[in-house]
This record gives sequence, C-alpha cells and structure tokens, in this order.
Amino acid sequence: MTTLTFPIPRPTHPTGIWNWLTTIDHKKIGVLYGVTAFILFLSGGVEALLMRIQLSGPGREIISAEIFNQLFTMHGTTMIFLAIMPLSAAFFNYVIPLQIGARDVAFPRLNAFSYWTFLAGAIILKISWFTGGATNAGWFGYAPLTSVQQNPGTGIDSWIISLQVLGIASLAASFNFLVTIINMRAPGMSFMRLPLFTWMTFITNILIVLAFPVITVALIELYFDRSFAMNFFNVAKGGDPVLWQHLFWVFGHPEVYILILPAMGIVSEIISTFSKKPLFGYPAMVLAGAIIAFMGWMVWSHHMFTVGLGPIPITVFTITTMAIAVPTGIKVFNWMGTMWNGSIDFKTPMLFALGFVAMFTIGGISGVMHSMASSDAQQQDTYFIVAHIHYVLFGGAIFAILAGIYYWFPKITGRMYNEALGKITFWLTFIAFNITFFPQHFLGMDGMPRRIYTYDPSMGWNLWNGVSTLGSIMLAIAMLMVVHNLARSWRKGEPASGDPWDGRTLEWSIASPPPEYNFVEIPTVYDRDDWWARKRREVRRAVPVGGGSGDDEAHDIHLPQPSYWPFVVACGLLIGGFGLVYPVGVYAISIIGTLIGMIGVYAWSLEPVNEPEDGESSAH
Amino acid sequence: MAQATVHGEHEPTTTGLNHRKMLMWAFLGSDCMFFGTLIATYLVYKNRSIAGPMPEDVFSIPVTTVSTFVLLMSSMSMVLAYAALTRNSMKTFRIWLASTAILGMTFVGFQVFEFTVFANHEVVVKCADVGVVELTSVERKVAEKCGTADEHDGKVEETVGLTPRTNLFGSTFFTLTGFHGAHVSLGIVWLLSLFFLSFKKGGVTPEKNLDVDLAALYWHFVDIVWIVIFTVVYLFGVFPGF
Repeated sequence: MTTLTFPIPRPTHPTGIWNWLTTIDHKKIGVLYGVTAFILFLSGGVEALLMRIQLSGPGREIISAEIFNQLFTMHGTTMIFLAIMPLSAAFFNYVIPLQIGARDVAFPRLNAFSYWTFLAGAIILKISWFTGGATNAGWFGYAPLTSVQQNPGTGIDSWIISLQVLGIASLAASFNFLVTIINMRAPGMSFMRLPLFTWMTFITNILIVLAFPVITVALIELYFDRSFAMNFFNVAKGGDPVLWQHLFWVFGHPEVYILILPAMGIVSEIISTFSKKPLFGYPAMVLAGAIIAFMGWMVWSHHMFTVGLGPIPITVFTITTMAIAVPTGIKVFNWMGTMWNGSIDFKTPMLFALGFVAMFTIGGISGVMHSMASSDAQQQDTYFIVAHIHYVLFGGAIFAILAGIYYWFPKITGRMYNEALGKITFWLTFIAFNITFFPQHFLGMDGMPRRIYTYDPSMGWNLWNGVSTLGSIMLAIAMLMVVHNLARSWRKGEPASGDPWDGRTLEWSIASPPPEYNFVEIPTVYDRDDWWARKRREVRRAVPVGGGSGDDEAHDIHLPQPSYWPFVVACGLLIGGFGLVYPVGVYAISIIGTLIGMIGVYAWSLEPVNEPEDGESSAH
Repeated sequence: MAQATVHGEHEPTTTGLNHRKMLMWAFLGSDCMFFGTLIATYLVYKNRSIAGPMPEDVFSIPVTTVSTFVLLMSSMSMVLAYAALTRNSMKTFRIWLASTAILGMTFVGFQVFEFTVFANHEVVVKCADVGVVELTSVERKVAEKCGTADEHDGKVEETVGLTPRTNLFGSTFFTLTGFHGAHVSLGIVWLLSLFFLSFKKGGVTPEKNLDVDLAALYWHFVDIVWIVIFTVVYLFGVFPGF
C-alpha cells in the first residue's frame, strides 16, 4: 500500500525514555502535561513565596527592587501560561477521548508536538533567570516599559519568544481537540449528551483558536520594535502605547475564560458525581458557558478604565462587564441546584469543588465591584486587584484543578490516594488560602499599590502583610502535602476499581488505568450520563477492575504508532526560539533551528500514521 | 449518528467530514484573526504618521493591480490543478500546479520589486507647481528647497525612502504585507513539494486528492486576504475620502 517509506525506522520502544519521547498516546501525553505543569506550578509558587517573604514586614531588603520586578512578572506569566493552562490541557488530553468514547485524539502526533512545544516555551522562559535577568515589565508587559530604551536586556525578548512558542503549542492543541470533539464522538454521543467538561473544553478551545492570534500579532509588533527599531509603540514617531493595552486585553480577557471554563467543567462533573444527581439545568449550563465565552470578547476595556478612554466606552464596558456576571451566576446557582436534595459524599474532590464554588463566588463579586468604573479607579493597581485575581485563579482555577487531580487520580494511576490526608490537605489549603488573600482586600482598600517591593512602616500595612505572608507559608505546606499524597499513593496506594466514585461518564466504564486502546468496543451512547444510566438499565454487572491487560481482546485494534518527528519539530522551535532571544551573527541559531524544524515537518508529512503490518503488507 | 467513510480516508468520523479538512478550517479561522489584528493595527495608525512618505506618495495602483491580477489567476490555476487530479490526468495536474507556483512566485517578485522601489522612493517637485497644484506633505517638504542652490531646471528632488523604520505607515504596511508575502511563500513551498512528490510513485494520487485540496484551501485563503489588503491598504490609501 505505502510506497513511500522513510529511511529511519519507526520507534518501537515499549518502555524507558524513548518511549516517553516518542509516545503519541493521549493518556501518556496527559500525564506528561500534568507532571510538567505541576512542577512549573510549584516553581511559580516559590517565586510568590519569595515575594511574600520580602513583603512580610516594612522596609525589608531581602530581595532587591529589580529582582522583585522579575519575580512578580515571572510569577504571573508562569502561573497563567505554564501552570493553569497546561494543567487544564493535561485534563483535556487524559479525559476528553475517554469521555467521548474514542481511542485517541484526532491527530496523535500533533498532540505530542503540542506537549514538546509547550516544554520548549517553558524552557525559554525559565532559563532567562540565568542568562542576564528575567522579564520584569509585569505579566501584561505594558508599553513603553518593554521598549528597548527602558529595558535593554534579553529578559523581555525571552518573554516574547516564550509566549509565541507557547501560543503555537496551545493553538496546535486546540485545533486537535476541536476536531476530536466534533468528529470522534462515539455513536449516539450527540452534542447535548456531551459531559459538561467536554463542553467547556470545546468552548475553551474555540476561544484559544480566536484569541491567541491577537497576542501573537501584538508580540510580533513588540519584537519588531525592539529588534528592528520599528515604531508600533514608539511615542516619538506617533506610536500609541494604549494600542498595546487594547491588543493585549482583547486577547487577555478571553484568556481569563480560557483559564476558568475548564475549571467550571471539572467542578460540574464532580458536584454531579458526588451528589448522585444529574447536573441541574444541563442546557442552561452549556448555554451559560457559551455566553460567557461570547461576552468575554466584549469586556476587555474594563482592564483600562483609568487610561482615559472617555465616558462612552467606559459606560459600554461597565454594562457588558456587569452583564457577564449573569451567566456566571447561572452556573453557581445550577451547582447549588445539583446538590439540592442530593446524597452528598464529601470526598476530597467534592471538598475542593465546593471550595471552588465559594471562593470563585467571592472573586466574582469583587470582579463585579470593578465593573463600576468610579469604584475601579480607587482599586486599579492596588492589592484589591491582587486579591480579586487570586480568588478567581487560585480559589477558582487551582481549586478546581486540585479537585480534578484527586477525582481522576484513581483512573490515571489505578490507585487510590490517601483520603484522610486529602481531606486535611483541603482544609489546610482552604484556610491558608483565605489567610493569604483575604487580608489583601484590606490592604488594597487601604491604598497599598501592587508591584511595590517594600513599604514604609508608617503606612499601616504591617499587620495584614504579616498575616498574608504567614498564610502563604501555610499554603506552601499544603501544596507539599498534595505532592506527598500523590507521589506516595502513585506507588503504594490501594488499588482502585474502574469506577471508584460510582461515576456517570464513560471514562468510568473502563479499567483503571485504562488499556492503551481505551475501549475494547466503542460504546454506543443512549443517554446523557450514559455510564450511570447503563449501570441502572442493565443487570448490574461487574465493573472492570484495574490491571487487566486485555491483550487477548485487543489484537485487531489499530492504534496510531509512535513517532520521533513531533519531538524533532519542537526541538527546532526551541533552538529557533533561542536564536531569536539571543541573536548571534545574522540569526544563525534561528536558521539552524528552522532547518531542523523543516526536516521534522517533511519527515512527519511523509510518515504514514500507521506502518502497514507485516501480514497486511504481504497481502497488498 | 452518521458514520461515513470519507474519500481517501479509511477512518469513519462522527460528522462524515474529514479530520484534516476540519483542522484546516479551524486553522484558517485562526489565521483570520491573525490578519484581522494586523489590518486593525494598520487602520488604527492610518494617517497618524508624523512624517512622510504617506501611502499616496509611494503607491502605484497600476503596478499593484497587475500583481493582484496575477495572484487571482493563480487561484484559478489551482482550481484547474485540483480538477485535473480528481479526473486522474496527472500531466495536466502537474502543469497547472506548476503554473500556480510560478504565478505565486511572480506575485512575490512584484512585492520584492515594490518594496525596493518604496525604500528608494524619489520625490521630484516642479517648483512652478508650488501653490498651484495640491502637494502631499512629503512634496511640500521637498519643495522648501525651491529657490535654493538645489533647484535644477525648475525642479527639486530628494530620496525619501519608506522603510519599516521610517514612520508608523512604514512599520504597519511592511509588517502586514510582509506577513502576507510570507504566507504566499510558504504556500509556494507547499505547492512545489506536492509537485515534486507527484513524480514519486504513489506520492500524489487521485485517491489522496485531500493532500492537494488542503493546499488549495490555504492558497485560496491567502488570495482572499490579499483582496482585503489591496482594497483597504492600497485603494483606500490613494483615493481621497478614506
């Protein structure tokens, strides 16, 4: 059949490092995403902890002002692009094909490429700590702080190129998951039967596909200004720094929903499962998610109320910002409706999900406060904003991600985590989180600006800063407890059954951990929450247990085969990216990187998805 | 749920549409936002350059009309190439595919020529026209030399090149059209790759026409973007009132 053969043989490593480098199994890629992103999440946490220690009391000089600038910029960039987004991507990878009844994603090699490219972007950003200073202009990099006159080092360049590489990774993954969700659903799995997490993933990926090109262009313009002396944000030539703010937030506000919609999907799954009830108002939940995504494009200027837009834009963006609270409120009430009259089982995932609902609501309410421009003028660039963003992104997104980690941990590893330790971890996280971030509301109201490296003792900010630092240390201990619980349980935990939570969606209908091919037979779906319905429809039969290899049944399932080329192309991007950050000669390193990438692309294009099997090829 | 087997692809899909084609449409949607943002930047900065040259100084609508015509014809030859492939006439397919690539290269050639001319833009003003004919801002500036030793045969001239560094117009114009040119160039590499692959047995076949279909989709998209750029940048740039 295939007459085009590539000279290098297909990788066939069953285990070891080469297996991980060449794998295209969505489950392994999901684990790679999750572990990498969690390590990066901890690194962002260390950056935060250093800042909190510096701010624990007035007038401290533990960290210099310049390092402090780098710390808050790297902390924000890391948490948004290297922690929350890829942790969400880990769940997309692991869970989506299982929830829709597929054996893999639509483009398995593109999926591997997304992961390796994400890693390349992370390396480019993090290595800048050791190559003359990291980026220091804040995570939204306002012009003209990023101009080459203000900021001559390579820090800003590494930030630009890293975000570009991460953008490629996110876009590739989004194309992949859009096609997977539209085109690889099991028979009977209509859109209105999709699990809510799949729905929110679908909506998130539409947002990524449309929002990332905007930041790509903004970063290209900034890079051209810095490297080739162009004039996009050069005031001396008539350039307008406010254009940067518009471009950044046209991307940046949809990005906020890119971070929170997957979290809402995870929480919807967990609350329904542990309340033993179908999700209340499923169509309203889907529609509310879609409306949030759509309206997310109409609120960006509320980040810019104090730059002087004039009364008409401010009024318009005030109204749209208030309006977007409505679909968010629908979601909160539907979660409560789901729990109403349910038999609630307060396992660790459920506790974190409930923590999400409570904390996200507080963050949402302080968000609505900002929509009023006159009030926002008082809060702009104070710790009140810092408190708000942490209530929605830590109390919101990270709580939901932790809930998801505990929820799917038995499915991924085939072992149970330690429930008692999990519950203690939740309460410590919940209390420490509030001790850390609630006082920041007071500090902000009292006028403490964000991004200052120290403050005068006479300002009256000493007490709450001390409390906040104490909370952050407790929070760090809680996160280490998460790591301890998961790492230990992964090796020594009790074996988990295929369906430890009496689950509702298709991933619980198969063994834990799932076999490589996921489903022996692609299921036919008759209901929303099909697995729950199937368990009640049929005579209750034994749930598959963990550890079964299923090899005897799987002999005629054709899975996509591993490939070297996604990794090679990502290496090309890494080298090419470094060449753009640290230009040597006439971008010689970038040219080498481009060549490696092109070789990879050609080899990838010419390589068939599956090599014909021996028996098959002789028949043709 | 419809389970259809797509031509040239063995895997059944939920919608009956091919995975790769769907991905291509998603990519093109994303690329719309990419060019949309570049065009938005261009329009935001339109008429906000502090110094010339301005669009009306450098644009030559007849030249760009020719290159636009060339690019639009390449879309036609692309359609003919795909049609030839589906009816299995490989020779005709190769001719039209090569024509498409050559027309694309001609367009890029025009663009290189145009950029070079802009960078070495020469302004000549007849001193007799000053105060009689309406002059552009750059011409007025050059006309200041009338009556000095620089005036020869009643004319003054000066090279006022447009580069990406000159002004906002230069930065936005070259970035927008440069990225379009890069898209065309990538398309040319893609078409040529298919062209050479078609000489290999089983490389490009009527059964695998999707490979060509995807390249064609991309190529047509890049053409459509140019229609927008030609209208918004070139035509609106020279005709007063926009």
